[in-house]
Amino acid sequence: MPSGIADRVAIIGMGCTRFGERWDCGPDDLMVEAFNEASADAGVARDDIGAAWLGVFFDEQSTGKSALPLSMALRLPNIPVTRVENLCATGTEALRGAVYAVGAGACDVALAVGVEKLKDTGYAGLPERTKGSFEDLYLPGSTAPGAFAQLAAAYASRHGFSMDKLREAMAHVSCKSHANGARNPKAHLRNRITPEQVLAAPLISYPLGVYDCCGVSDGAACAIVTTPERARALGKKHFVTVKALQLAPSNGVEMGHQSWDGSYTLTTRLAARRAYAEAGIARPREAIDLMEVHDCFSITELVVMEDLDLSDVGRAPYDILDGRYDWDGAIPCQTDGGLKCFGHPIGASGLRMAYEIYQQLLGRAGERQLKAPALGLTHNLGGIPNRNIASVAILGLAD
Amino acid sequence: LGSILACGAYVPRLRLARATIQEAMGWLARPNERREAGARAVCNWDEDTLTLAVEAARGCLAAARRAPAAVTLASTTLPFADRSNATLLAAALDLAPEMQTMDVTATLRAATTALAQASRATAGPTLLVASDARSARPGSEEELQFGAAAVALLVAPASSESDGALAHIRAAAHLAADFVDHYRMSGQAFDYSLEERWIRDEGIGKLAPPAIAAALQAAGLKAGDIRHCVLPLRRASAQRLARASGLEDAQLAADLREDCGDTGVAQPLLLLASTLETAGRGEHILLLGLGQGVDALVLTAAGTPLAAGHGPVSSALARRHEETSYTRYLSHRGLLEVDFGMRAERDNRSAQSVMWRKERQVTGFVGGRCTRCGTQQFPRSRVCVNPECRLTDTQSDCRLAELKGRVKSFTEDWQAYAPRPPALYGNVEFEGGGNLLMEFTDADSGEVEVGMPVKFVFRIKDVDRLRAFRRYFWKATGAL
Repeated sequence: MPSGIADRVAIIGMGCTRFGERWDCGPDDLMVEAFNEASADAGVARDDIGAAWLGVFFDEQSTGKSALPLSMALRLPNIPVTRVENLCATGTEALRGAVYAVGAGACDVALAVGVEKLKDTGYAGLPERTKGSFEDLYLPGSTAPGAFAQLAAAYASRHGFSMDKLREAMAHVSCKSHANGARNPKAHLRNRITPEQVLAAPLISYPLGVYDCCGVSDGAACAIVTTPERARALGKKHFVTVKALQLAPSNGVEMGHQSWDGSYTLTTRLAARRAYAEAGIARPREAIDLMEVHDCFSITELVVMEDLDLSDVGRAPYDILDGRYDWDGAIPCQTDGGLKCFGHPIGASGLRMAYEIYQQLLGRAGERQLKAPALGLTHNLGGIPNRNIASVAILGLAD
Repeated sequence: LGSILACGAYVPRLRLARATIQEAMGWLARPNERREAGARAVCNWDEDTLTLAVEAARGCLAAARRAPAAVTLASTTLPFADRSNATLLAAALDLAPEMQTMDVTATLRAATTALAQASRATAGPTLLVASDARSARPGSEEELQFGAAAVALLVAPASSESDGALAHIRAAAHLAADFVDHYRMSGQAFDYSLEERWIRDEGIGKLAPPAIAAALQAAGLKAGDIRHCVLPLRRASAQRLARASGLEDAQLAADLREDCGDTGVAQPLLLLASTLETAGRGEHILLLGLGQGVDALVLTAAGTPLAAGHGPVSSALARRHEETSYTRYLSHRGLLEVDFGMRAERDNRSAQSVMWRKERQVTGFVGGRCTRCGTQQFPRSRVCVNPECRLTDTQSDCRLAELKGRVKSFTEDWQAYAPRPPALYGNVEFEGGGNLLMEFTDADSGEVEVGMPVKFVFRIKDVDRLRAFRRYFWKATGAL
């Protein structure tokens, strides 16, 4: 049995830009902004970094492929930089690279940066991307909301919910995130909304309306990681360590095999199980103090509550409506507004989630600060329910 | 001569009422213009001559007990001017490649000529498909008359076995005459039509009777022996011609004008197939094809008559859905340029090397079935998708097109580019296993639900405007 990553790597500095329609900024501006905050936070200078990981999803939009966008934007001293991409799990994948490098002893200090510049496409929503020359010949010309809306149809059918009842719970998911986002100065969307507004919003992809969909934003986020020994040597007493970092990609079962009924995300279940084991968590419902999950759409957050084993299967709508995942609930979810309101610059999102957990654990979350949380979870779901990459990270305070 | 062994028919689901057209285009008409009754069958955005042909052919082959040795596709609106449409049709039907494929075109009697030709063939049976979906200029008379349909006949030559035939072909006579009642130059979208009265009196009135007489003589029959007249004309013109040919005692085949309109090359075979549904065994039928001359065929019904309303044509006509929007119809036919937004700018280039590599999968909808665990899957892959199996190189071909399916999930997507919004797609489970995220067609908002049974139809998948190409794939549609 591998010993896992738990407590072997410390996060000593994080940065995150304001997310939103950053018309005046390019990806280089965003990376510099996030890095400067992290660097100041860590007390680590650019030249102390041994290796870096860059997460970008839509390389064709403006950021570019390879190590170069990050190496050149920060004028890094020619250290190794690896560009990673794993759909919406890209930011967490960048963090995973940096954490593993430090854990392996390949370098003392590593940098993870995630960035996405989406608002140069000329239209709302995510850009179209090619699915490859064979898949273009048979897969539908789907959109992200259309692909995730499938979860709602299958979930309602599987668990016997009327679509109206399910939409009521989905509306609560969005209203909760807007209430949290309103208290986050870096969030893209900071307006409070009512369930009535959610249900009356223009339809995007049945049953998802505008308020069931997350923001499409520009932004960057950044983490500087090192060993716990180095963290202490740098004078850090109260710091965050990585307890688990797990990744589970689909292998085609959901897309091609009848065993998947379409009502849940298979990979989240697998990644969560491994992450809880890696972190030594036997009872996640009691252990996890807060979480940032991949709420690209309200229905995704709803089913993920079950896939993370925080709600019983078929019960998430009731738990949500009971306020279990509200800011003042048993396990607060999306305390920063989530993808829904903080925004979703794809390559940055995983790191943005870690940023919120980090701030909460260190007691720096301002007016949305929770009472002494010790353990937080982040979750990404890259792709679509039919095939995706789930990542689950668990962060906690160092002993 | 030969025999008709089996028959299939397909009429697109959408019906555009003539009243809808006249309401939209009425400003162009003279006062007191007559109101036209009935509706035209019009293609959905993803239907064309080829997709209609595939559906008619599937119906025919399902009813047939023999496989065709040749495929002939007759139409004046073939999607490709240079790429064998009949070969593409055969590929969509996943027929064995060792066969003759042929497109017959450029005249409205293409199908009747091909029928006579197929009955004189020397090899095994021919799958003859007549399909047409002609475009009409908005405001034109054609816009009120043209319909779309396809008919498929499995035609055995005389030398071949004809057990269970629907009809025997007794004689055929042909007359070539460059009488230009209408024409359409290559590359042009619309017909140019001449005066109806001149066509009736100087054209049909003079050219058809001698051809009919020649066919009757070749069949050894007199006009009075003919029980059914299949004339691809509107009722008044058909009556006039029947009288002029001594056929006043015969029953005129219904012109189906109010049901689907004039379906061009498909029309003679559509009316014939409709007649064969109820014709009594041994009854003689005169079939006419008109277009720069005349094809006159004499047939004898040999099948068991069905109850009224049953049979391939009746079933095809019964499946209908009213197209309520004239402008949406225009958009589907490329006659109105609509702003579909930037998402419609997507480049739909098809990699032909991939198309060829995956031809049976994409065109024939052939997936894989694991020979070890029995799991069906699409696409066919090297490694079995069953998580309990995952063996390598164990899959054999498995045609999914003829299976039934069930909707597992769906959405109505108003953000995706769709020529007929919303884009409908979802997870479909195949009978016997396997899952695919696929498009639904012939379904509007509110018509798809979880658990609904579906069947699969061959449709236009994407249009590549940049390279003037269209590609096809299979979609799910409600299985009634």
